[in-house]
Amino acid sequence: MSKVRVLVGTRKGAFILTADGKRDKWEVSGPHFAGWEIYHMKGSPVEPDRIYASQSSGWFGQVIQRSSDGGKTWETPGGGVGKSPEGFPIGESNRFVYDTSSETGAPLTTHQWYDGTQHPWEFKRVWHLEPSLTDPDTVYAGVEDAAIFRSTDGAHSWHELPGLRGNGTGPRWQPGAGGMCLHTIILDRTNPQRMYIAISAAGAFRTDDGGKSWTPINRGLRSQFLPDEDAEVGHCVHHIAMHPSRPDTLFMQKHWDVMRSDNAGDMWKEISGNLPTDFGFVIDVHAHEPETVYVVPIKSDSEHYPLDGKLQVFRSRSGGNEWEPLTRGLPQSNCYVNVLRDAMAVDSLDKCGIYFGTTGGQVFASSDAGDSWFPIVGHLPPVLSVEVQTLS
Amino acid sequence: MSTIRILLPQHLRTLAHVKDEVLLEVESSPTIGSVLDALEAKYPALCGTIRDHGTKKRRAFLRYFACENDLSHEPADTPLPRAVVTGKEPFIVLGAIAGG
Repeated sequence: MSKVRVLVGTRKGAFILTADGKRDKWEVSGPHFAGWEIYHMKGSPVEPDRIYASQSSGWFGQVIQRSSDGGKTWETPGGGVGKSPEGFPIGESNRFVYDTSSETGAPLTTHQWYDGTQHPWEFKRVWHLEPSLTDPDTVYAGVEDAAIFRSTDGAHSWHELPGLRGNGTGPRWQPGAGGMCLHTIILDRTNPQRMYIAISAAGAFRTDDGGKSWTPINRGLRSQFLPDEDAEVGHCVHHIAMHPSRPDTLFMQKHWDVMRSDNAGDMWKEISGNLPTDFGFVIDVHAHEPETVYVVPIKSDSEHYPLDGKLQVFRSRSGGNEWEPLTRGLPQSNCYVNVLRDAMAVDSLDKCGIYFGTTGGQVFASSDAGDSWFPIVGHLPPVLSVEVQTLS
Repeated sequence: MSTIRILLPQHLRTLAHVKDEVLLEVESSPTIGSVLDALEAKYPALCGTIRDHGTKKRRAFLRYFACENDLSHEPADTPLPRAVVTGKEPFIVLGAIAGG
């Protein structure tokens, strides 16, 4: 029988929630890495028991953890004893060093700071880990300050794909309120050379050559806070989602506005339609219906909680514009939580399951594509990310 | 050779899979830098958690103490106090309190 495994990253550790295909009885394990911020965990699509986790702390920096048994035990993959030629211990798995060499193409050392001056790139943490669709030892990392790294040895060592920062627009990238983070990485199952990424607050980018070169894909986005509302970069993209069967169709939750592209990001159009507010962070697509999209509207950029204290997921079955509120089982009074950008995921069971976590520590699930909801857990630390694995 | 006692914050003890203070065999004239090199060599999972990978600069929210003295701002080649070298006192890596 199928089962699902929900990987939850929180401000104070990781939790793993498991259930069989009925999704009515849940086991909770954790906290793993108690006391640490777990920005993201994700399993390999080709080897589901291989899970990567981003563990970080303001005190101790970045650590990458890896499990080979579905999250029961963990290891720091670069932790083997050894010495580099300079005499330092190896311990490479936690090492994210920007590539500034002229040979590899990106001797870029500054980006725009909040006050408009140029500021050095400084590594802070890994926001998102995206395992390869074909190789369990290959995994991508989206980091703050924004850049993309790749490991091809199971997270032992990391190397930047410097063409992204070096695409020419880098000096115009600027941090959003949450930092200048690369938070979204989408791989195209039909084209291994194509990837999409998104950065707050630079915008979306695409590569068609496996990460060597990158193009901004922000035409059609409008941001009122920019001097040029239609600028090539500088847009605060919060998240992007894609259905695997429609790799040219992308759905975006921007700072304000819900957007859609049907040509791989070359042009975007707004699909906010009848949403009560089009500010928000998460967006996701039904596993079997590529035109069914989910968002969680948030009141505004200065009030990060649902409208009127009512937690509502909105679903569009028409690819946008026409949205219906989904409220059954969700708190409809005095609810002032947020749902962060990587905190929604879907399973691929026949009746698609939808999952999201809140800053109030709840993880809600629906086993009927959003018609009704129930809390799996209610009192975790603030939830930073939610991923789901559907296991046979 | 000397045996140095090192006290680590709880999170780093968990990461290094040690329960109590760490004992390290180091050269006879150990410095702040050489004892941290030895610590990272024995426990590579700690690389980057106390000092930056590239610059070897102390992470901002950590402090080094020994014999009730704050050694956080001393250069890496500063010799450790005699009482630490003889094992009478520990070298302490401390998570400083930040914020309220």
